[in-house]
Amino acid sequence: MIEQDWIWGFAGGLVIGLAGAVYLLVNGRIMGASGILGGLIDGSGRNSLMERLAFVAGVVLAPIPLVPLYQTVDTHVTGNLAAIVAAGLMVGLGTRLANGCTSGHGVCGISRLSPRGIVATIIYIMAGGLSVILFKHLLGVV
Amino acid sequence: MRNLTALISGSLFGIGLLISGMTDTTKVQGWLDIFGQWDPTLAFVMGGAIIPMAIAWALTRNRQPVLGGSFPAAVKPRVGHDLIVGSVLFGVGWGLVGLCPGPALASLSYGGIGGIVFLLAMIAGMWAAVPVRARLLPAS
Repeated sequence: MIEQDWIWGFAGGLVIGLAGAVYLLVNGRIMGASGILGGLIDGSGRNSLMERLAFVAGVVLAPIPLVPLYQTVDTHVTGNLAAIVAAGLMVGLGTRLANGCTSGHGVCGISRLSPRGIVATIIYIMAGGLSVILFKHLLGVV
Repeated sequence: MRNLTALISGSLFGIGLLISGMTDTTKVQGWLDIFGQWDPTLAFVMGGAIIPMAIAWALTRNRQPVLGGSFPAAVKPRVGHDLIVGSVLFGVGWGLVGLCPGPALASLSYGGIGGIVFLLAMIAGMWAAVPVRARLLPAS
């Protein structure tokens, strides 16, 4: 099972990287989920509104026909609603302040050897690890 | 044309996130959980994604994007307060629920009410970032 997981992980990763490569080489833009969505939310991306909407539509809609191929697709999101709201707020605010998330700083930044991308990725992974220790192991809220 | 590329790229991104298992929050939290049952999948996803992207960056040298314009210039390697504070906030939220912006969008159709609530809260956080940046981090 675990072996299959990493093969699918690697294959999925290649598809994610291909997505970023197409966006960069054809449109000349960095594929960052928080940047593309954030520009729609705060109006900073009004000059590329349709492009952003098309990208978001693809992300949301493309998985739908594939979902029935899986026996179960479960995101296993916690039932703790307060934790969901708090996490959502922090992820939204944090990725916009940092100008990037796992796709922008992680995938696109590291592959370019961008110092900001590498620093951001190290910080959010360390914060994420500490967060799991705190909320899962010490407080037991998720 | 730009919109079509964006749709294709977004579709590949969503499909990649689904098949990689990264919309399953237990796999993401499992990777961050070095003291629990550690799950290495995320490292393979990152490794797989960085390969085509590194090739793409190499291809940008002395070229233009297919649809014109210019490639994003390298930003100054400045690590400001906004990058640090933002990444810490993002990481804490990421660890707490196991979702980041890409998977939150990709799993919208099958992530249930929890996924929808997360996305709405994330959008609120993104909206709040404008005044927060202006008030808390004016210098950086």
